[in-house]
Amino acid sequence: MARSSTLRTVAWLWLAATVAVLVVGFRQAIFLAPMEETMGNLQRIFYYHLAHAILGLIFPYINLAASLAFLYWRRRDPLKALTADALAVASAEITVLFVGITLATGMLWGKPAWGIWWTWDARLTTELILWLLYISYLMLRRFSPTGQTGVLSAVLAVFAAIDIPIVYMSIQWWRTQHPAPVFGPEGGGIDPAMVPAVLWNLAGWAMWGIFLIALRFAVERRHQIAEQDAALLALEASLETPQ
Amino acid sequence: MKYLGYVFEHLRKDLRLEWRSRDAINGMLFFVLLMVVVFSIAFDPAGYPSVTRQISGGILWVGLLFASMTALNQSWSREQRNQVLEAQRMAPSPASALFVGKALANMLFVLAVEAVLAPIFVVFFNLHVLGNAKLLALILPLGTWALVVNGTFFAALGLRARNRELLLPLILLPLSLPAVLMMVQATTGVLTGELDPIYLRSWITQLAGYDLIYTVVCVLLFETVLNAE
Repeated sequence: MARSSTLRTVAWLWLAATVAVLVVGFRQAIFLAPMEETMGNLQRIFYYHLAHAILGLIFPYINLAASLAFLYWRRRDPLKALTADALAVASAEITVLFVGITLATGMLWGKPAWGIWWTWDARLTTELILWLLYISYLMLRRFSPTGQTGVLSAVLAVFAAIDIPIVYMSIQWWRTQHPAPVFGPEGGGIDPAMVPAVLWNLAGWAMWGIFLIALRFAVERRHQIAEQDAALLALEASLETPQ
Repeated sequence: MKYLGYVFEHLRKDLRLEWRSRDAINGMLFFVLLMVVVFSIAFDPAGYPSVTRQISGGILWVGLLFASMTALNQSWSREQRNQVLEAQRMAPSPASALFVGKALANMLFVLAVEAVLAPIFVVFFNLHVLGNAKLLALILPLGTWALVVNGTFFAALGLRARNRELLLPLILLPLSLPAVLMMVQATTGVLTGELDPIYLRSWITQLAGYDLIYTVVCVLLFETVLNAE
């Protein structure tokens, strides 16, 4: 019981810190960062779009790692495998959420900036297929037979992780319209005054994403433990029945 | 060598089963024929020959994709009758040989459908191939294998699922999107003759790479899926 209450305190503190960082990030992005030359205030959505896009590309790796861990521990250590499975489902759901927000903020920006909501450009299409793949992962979890959900979805997670680079490479060949990266060796970079807004928002949304994954993980663990208890009860009841 | 023997045995068994019932091929053939008719009515190909050339590559593959999906689920439900699949799981032969044999059999069925479909397609769509038509002999098998290898794998994966008929397209379509893009681009390039040969070669190479990667992954993971409990 003591462990659970400590965890709860940590969770509340983490949530409070997250909200504080997000408030600072909001102030930086909306009030302090300088106005962009050509796009004006419209560019400020970039601070949210970028943070969600980066995190939406990191969380699938958590899903892949957890799925591989599940496949490894499945026979060797079933209890650890169950934990890995809970982490896999938590990260997959939060991936869908973050990639969805990336797509939505991108569309909100695209309509005034490009004049269209959507275009079949390399990055946009890749992001959309990433979103579709993880939704199909969640669909499989819902439809698959009890007892096999973990294995089947872990296998699909491996396939999805292989698919994303292929999608990106093939569509890059097809067409590219998304603004070129501003960071990295080939990018033009951004005004140093914009950097705090980028970093505060990235940190805030990362903390928020981690909080959501942890929360979903805890819920999934409780599900699993409740199921185990129910199975144990049923087993005991069947033993007590007079033959 | 011994592995190839197992694969061949499985392939022979699947071909014999199909020869006796001819369910999969007949079903697919009629399905694709209906698709061609529906698309012809929807797009009026005779009126706009250049537009038809642009879109017929996509139509061909969409039809084949849907048709193969109708056959893929059946190909595993055959194994479920009389607990054949349980026997296969206990058999000492490698599990992936079962998968490779079945994927090859499905590939042959879809290729047979394509052989019948191609002339029908040319007639109904008034197609004149403007590019190098010999390349189609390379693109069609590569594209078919890309659909069939993943399709056979995920049909096995969803075998014991609730409403598995619905589950297969839900998983297979998002995963196959890059392959669909590659084969449609390559086929359209050949049909219109407008695509630069360097681009065309790149699409075909990418498609071959896709086939290779997924064949390896499917073979490696098949045993896990077969024994998923």
